[in-house]
Amino acid sequence: MTTNGAGGGAKLPRKRFYRARAHSNPLSDSHFPVPISPEEVDLSQHYPRYFPADKGGDGEEAAAPRRIRFADVGCGFGGLLVGLSPLFPDTLMIGMELRDKVTEYVKERILALRAANPGQYDNISVVRTNSMKYIPNYFRKAQLTKMFFLFPDPHFKEKNHRRRVISMQLLDEYAYVMEVGGIIYTITDVEELGEWMRSCLEKHPLFETVPEEEIKADPVFKLLSTATEESQKVARNGGQTFHAIFRRISLQEE
Amino acid sequence: MEDTAVEEPEVSGAAEFAPALVAAHPHGNSVAVAIGPELRAFDLRAGLPVSLSDECGGRSHSDAIRAICFSVSGALFASAGDDKLVKVWKTDSWRCIRTITSEKRVSAVAISINDLYVTFADKFGVVWLVTLWEDSAEQVSVDNKPVSILGHYCSIITSMKFSPDGRFIATADRDFKIRVTLFPKNPLKGAHEIQSFCLGHTDFVSCITFTSISENQSFLISGGGDSTVRLWDYVNGCLLDTFQVRDKMGELLGPNETDDSSLAIADICPSNDGSLVAVAIQSFSGVMLLACDLVGKKLSFLKVITMEKSYIPTSLASSLSSELLWTVMGASNMPNQASSHLLTRVRIITSFQKDRLSSDDAGPATLEDSDVPHDEKLLLALQGSLDVTKQEEVLASVLAALKVSMHKMLVKKHYSEERREQRKRGRNDKKIKN
Repeated sequence: MTTNGAGGGAKLPRKRFYRARAHSNPLSDSHFPVPISPEEVDLSQHYPRYFPADKGGDGEEAAAPRRIRFADVGCGFGGLLVGLSPLFPDTLMIGMELRDKVTEYVKERILALRAANPGQYDNISVVRTNSMKYIPNYFRKAQLTKMFFLFPDPHFKEKNHRRRVISMQLLDEYAYVMEVGGIIYTITDVEELGEWMRSCLEKHPLFETVPEEEIKADPVFKLLSTATEESQKVARNGGQTFHAIFRRISLQEE
Repeated sequence: MEDTAVEEPEVSGAAEFAPALVAAHPHGNSVAVAIGPELRAFDLRAGLPVSLSDECGGRSHSDAIRAICFSVSGALFASAGDDKLVKVWKTDSWRCIRTITSEKRVSAVAISINDLYVTFADKFGVVWLVTLWEDSAEQVSVDNKPVSILGHYCSIITSMKFSPDGRFIATADRDFKIRVTLFPKNPLKGAHEIQSFCLGHTDFVSCITFTSISENQSFLISGGGDSTVRLWDYVNGCLLDTFQVRDKMGELLGPNETDDSSLAIADICPSNDGSLVAVAIQSFSGVMLLACDLVGKKLSFLKVITMEKSYIPTSLASSLSSELLWTVMGASNMPNQASSHLLTRVRIITSFQKDRLSSDDAGPATLEDSDVPHDEKLLLALQGSLDVTKQEEVLASVLAALKVSMHKMLVKKHYSEERREQRKRGRNDKKIKN
């Protein structure tokens, strides 16, 4: 689906043509390209305004190369990214999504938004990948200042708990790509999953709770329960949400 | 849905094959070979084969041993594998002092620098830790169950080593990654702080090893299915140099032998002074020696030691105190292999040190069987047979399997589009129409 040139011709993509099942198997090695290391991530593909293709992919030659700072893990149809983009216009953000069709939808949506609003939405992009396996391939140590896990797959059966995107094991990797002081945001409408995620974060030595007053003052917090399609569905059905928001800390080793 | 055996790594029948392994005591006291479920050790000081006494846990290994190692002090030895057991042995008496049960098959094992902990990796990519008790006469405490300390999500860990100063534990997996994690003073709570990822391999990482020139400066060397040997600054996750084995093999063997999948690195072993790295390559009948310049941070080709055409080393080992490089060839779990055929072939390379190259003798060279320390006794004990002709038959089939196995074992099977659609037709969980 191509968008027309700048001007009124760019239409937002219709979700109907991008329907996909809600669940995807994170354990199967789907066939998408994976960068061997963060140096290989071609930022000119994602943020052409900041990384013109002819100058080389990752802007290393700039004095302080811009890096992606926010990651939306399991970004779905892109609602959070679209909501965050104007709040942090100078911050590069990326969504990571496993489903092929959904990723295509988000790409088209971003292109259309950029065409319809010149100068805006240049700081968001999406990549099709399995973030449970490849997060260290995309981000350097202490690169991210925010990570988002909105309404992840609950994997109800106990034997499938190891497939949950928040686990003690995976938190090691998320802590590695986050800078000290960075914030991890999780929200779900499934109470048991909410307890699970909170408990993992509490037990993990590299994360500490963010106090409620700070959460309330955070402009991002409100977006968690309003910006995405999933959250809007929950609100329509009058459901409750459970959030766990934690800060990445450093360990004082003696 | 996803409940079908997604947990099993997708491997074909040839993957059941288990290569023979060799390990050398750091002070040169002994050498051990593992072939299938059998552990064979030889006491180099006394010149006698070791008889292992294994009363703990009630049974010796009953299935292929996949990993063995000596501790840095030499006091302990660990073996683990497909029977889901990890056994810890004291190397003075060769008595098994601990048998640890794992829930899954074990792919890698390591002993911490201070001999306090044993870590092992299962086929889910989880690394478990057990505390060892000093006094071997003590009864094993019932609550001393393995604790999981870290994991490579849904991957198989192929190699696991502690850094020489004990501060880090490095783990390599079949998904091209090497992870270096801080090993805390109290590891029972887990090793959560990742120091770095060493990313650069474009295929599975088969082996990693630490090497150092001095006490303060050590580096990591890795070998992989992409036919490269790489040198890393592991503290910062920086790739310092890459040696392309394929290019060199192309020169040496000619075009007909350079099939990509058969040039995977099978094993690497540094010399005790850090100046050389020996490389075993999947279908090469010999050992490649690389010069390792840790000051200039470069790897370069030194020489190739060719052995007889039917000998392909599956594992390499050397000790800190001697200049011998031990190599072994063998395999178990082969189709049509009787248990009496657990044969291995051991060849030793001597002068495995950089400064021996410029001297008048030929430098590193393979020892004839008659020149092997304690010759016949050692060869019989470790190989299982002295009869070279009988061995040749068995080893020929090992050779054939070796040429395809490593690739199949570690590379996840990818089905073509049609096959995938065909496989999907067998699913019975479809609820939504697309």
